[in-house]
Amino acid sequence: MSTGMELAEASNAFIYATMVTLTLAMFLFAASFASGRRPSTAKAHAAQAANGGGGVALLEKDSRSAENDPGRRLANVGMSLTWLATGLLTVALVLRGLWAGRVPWGNMYEFSISSAWGVLVVFLALSLRRDLRWLGLFVVVPALLTLGLAVTVLYTEAAQLVPALKSYWLVIHVSAAIICAGAFTVAASSAGLSIVQSRREARGREWTGLLESMPSAERLRTFTSRIIAFAFPVWTFSVIAGAIWAENAWGRYWGWDPKETWAFITWVVYAAYLHARSTAGWRGDKASWIAILGLVSFLINYFGVNIFVNSLHSYAGL
Amino acid sequence: MTAPPTVQTEAPVPPMGAAGFGRWAWRQLTSMRTALILLFALAVASVPGSILPQRGTNPLLVDEWIADQPTLGPIMDSLGFFDVYGAPWFAAVYLLLFISLIGCVLPRVGVHWKAMRSQPPTAPRNLSRMSEFTERPLPGSPDEVIEEQARTMRRDRWRVRTGTSEDTVWLSAEKGYLRETGNLVFHLALVLVLVAIAVGGLLGWRGNVIVKEGNGFSNTLTQYDAWGGGRLATADTIPPFAFTLTDFAVEFERDEAQRGAPRLFEASVDVQREPAGPVSQESIEVNFPISIAGAKVFLVGHGYAPRFVIRDSSGAVVFDDSVVFLPQDGNFTSTGVVKVPDSSPQLGFQGIFLPTSAIDDVRGPHSVFPDADDPSVFLSAWEGDLGLDSGIPQSIYTLDTGAMEQIGLRALVPGQSWDFTDGEIEFLGWDRWASFQIAFDPGKEAALASAVLAMVGLTVSLFTRRRRLWVKAQPSGSGSSLVQVAALSKSEAGDLSTDVDRVWRSLTGEDEEDRR
Repeated sequence: MSTGMELAEASNAFIYATMVTLTLAMFLFAASFASGRRPSTAKAHAAQAANGGGGVALLEKDSRSAENDPGRRLANVGMSLTWLATGLLTVALVLRGLWAGRVPWGNMYEFSISSAWGVLVVFLALSLRRDLRWLGLFVVVPALLTLGLAVTVLYTEAAQLVPALKSYWLVIHVSAAIICAGAFTVAASSAGLSIVQSRREARGREWTGLLESMPSAERLRTFTSRIIAFAFPVWTFSVIAGAIWAENAWGRYWGWDPKETWAFITWVVYAAYLHARSTAGWRGDKASWIAILGLVSFLINYFGVNIFVNSLHSYAGL
Repeated sequence: MTAPPTVQTEAPVPPMGAAGFGRWAWRQLTSMRTALILLFALAVASVPGSILPQRGTNPLLVDEWIADQPTLGPIMDSLGFFDVYGAPWFAAVYLLLFISLIGCVLPRVGVHWKAMRSQPPTAPRNLSRMSEFTERPLPGSPDEVIEEQARTMRRDRWRVRTGTSEDTVWLSAEKGYLRETGNLVFHLALVLVLVAIAVGGLLGWRGNVIVKEGNGFSNTLTQYDAWGGGRLATADTIPPFAFTLTDFAVEFERDEAQRGAPRLFEASVDVQREPAGPVSQESIEVNFPISIAGAKVFLVGHGYAPRFVIRDSSGAVVFDDSVVFLPQDGNFTSTGVVKVPDSSPQLGFQGIFLPTSAIDDVRGPHSVFPDADDPSVFLSAWEGDLGLDSGIPQSIYTLDTGAMEQIGLRALVPGQSWDFTDGEIEFLGWDRWASFQIAFDPGKEAALASAVLAMVGLTVSLFTRRRRLWVKAQPSGSGSSLVQVAALSKSEAGDLSTDVDRVWRSLTGEDEEDRR
């Protein structure tokens, strides 16, 4: 038992180390973001005016030429710290799993830290293929909030699984849900930014400010829709896997349990998002709002149903 | 200064005449905008069922809710708010959505079928307008260049069409038809899911039964505590099997962390799959149901059944059995009723069974651990008329004390007995009971297959990009050509530079070098 306690304490220590590292990353991203507030050059304005919504080329050129400005360097350190934090969090999860002798997804505390991990991993995986330093702040903050909530409110000592969770479907169903938690969060962040950015663009050059160094609204929307196009099939899979598990555990594959209902609502909202993206008059800010609504519904399903509603899913030790 | 032209934003006015109106209404219903609105309506309509108690899952809570809200409750009940997913307005939303879906998708199947069998359109006159456009001179005559490139692209599964206009030889290619194929498969598979759910709902049935340790169950309608079936499900679709619960094992967490959380439930049963067939020993656990003749038997709950012997004032045994008590909390504080119609006067007992007993001023007698570490039973004895002969069906879990008189209260531990004036009750101990759900859903395999088909279609569709690509070659003297390459994404936001790069690599022969 003593080695068990050591594992538990080590896991907690790694969680705290993750949070400290992420906090540093957050400050650096914030500082970098704030240093984006600089008088924009006449050339950039001209290019932006010419490009209208599609200032894609502008950003890329801008980011390359500005590689050496202090804001960029701060963001680079922020990225490195995010990698470090994700590594620390991975260790924390592995230790937690070793302590419990199972996958670390047995209760809300464990699922929360796994979701924070999912957010960071989706962000870092996407950052391998494109420059996402502008998104760093808006990914690190939700990850940090989730971890904070987990250690303060949701903390549970590791224990064995209740019989209802003893199934390999736990691994299949929950791992898909964790990926979706990450992808939906990143998508909602960039959707929110696209709304702010499109307002800025609509006002023209009078209101420049912080978002000067961000991608154009159109580019943010494209980014959002790509993530959701990836996450929507994963969510579909997670719901189907959940239905198969429900059939095995409870004798019906769909019973409108509140958890199932909100999984369905989340699915429908993201389906609406995909339709909105190909409906004239909806593909802009309205679609971005739907992407945010999708995350809200995902979060209601997670926090709201687990805490406030009497659901078959309420066994997961708060 | 002239005013800017006003944009007509209102929807077109529906035309006169039934046929015209019908066409107009159909176009409206099958438009993407309507689908979007119906999706929102479906999401919103689903919400109340997750907040309000529902008849299907928690009928007792519904009755309580209505009793607490005497004005609002019945109104909401008549509007179907306690059976949202069976309510006509919920059905209206999803049926409209599916009609809209079918009306939108079926014509697209035809269009897509034609598109797949026809050639790509001819190359546009001016390629330089495309977002991806590059040109450079290459050796070889226009014919050679285009012919070679067409061969390469056909091998890479592009749909290719070539042609000549004046001295320019062009190639028009298209790829990514799977995007629309996947999209159509996804939507049609959703229709199949709905059909499978409907089939399961019509032909399927589901029943619940509580079985005490040592007792048996045979699969006939009368043996169920609750049974519900679809319109087309009848008693003769129920396979005749039987099982006996020989043992029910339970373990709970005893460590401080999550103390009392369940760790193991296992029901050992002797199963007889057909009348007079062989008996086999099997076990049913949570997540591990057993299948019998297309039906599945699931373990869904458990509890305690305290055992009593009751004698009348003459010493004759009038009751000797265990009685199912229903758990009221996570620590299995359980309540139940013992009815003794064969004594005179009739006797009734209201009881609280505590597997691990505790008592305090606030909560009264209650259990502090779900396993039977320190069991006791608190009894309230009544005598008089049980009301069993009134013809009104009674719950076995409640005592109608209207025509009875309370004769005493007593707490007992196993082995103790209580002598009341008109007899004696002895608390012998307890058995466990398990509750089973037995379900038959002939649509579930089809539903799963359709759902998986939908997911595959969706994935293929979202990960495929439909794009067109053109190559034009013009003679530029001395056996060489000026070659133009352009591409256009037909799905949103496609990055086509890799396709264009690939074409240039094959045109310049770098591709061949890579392969070597």
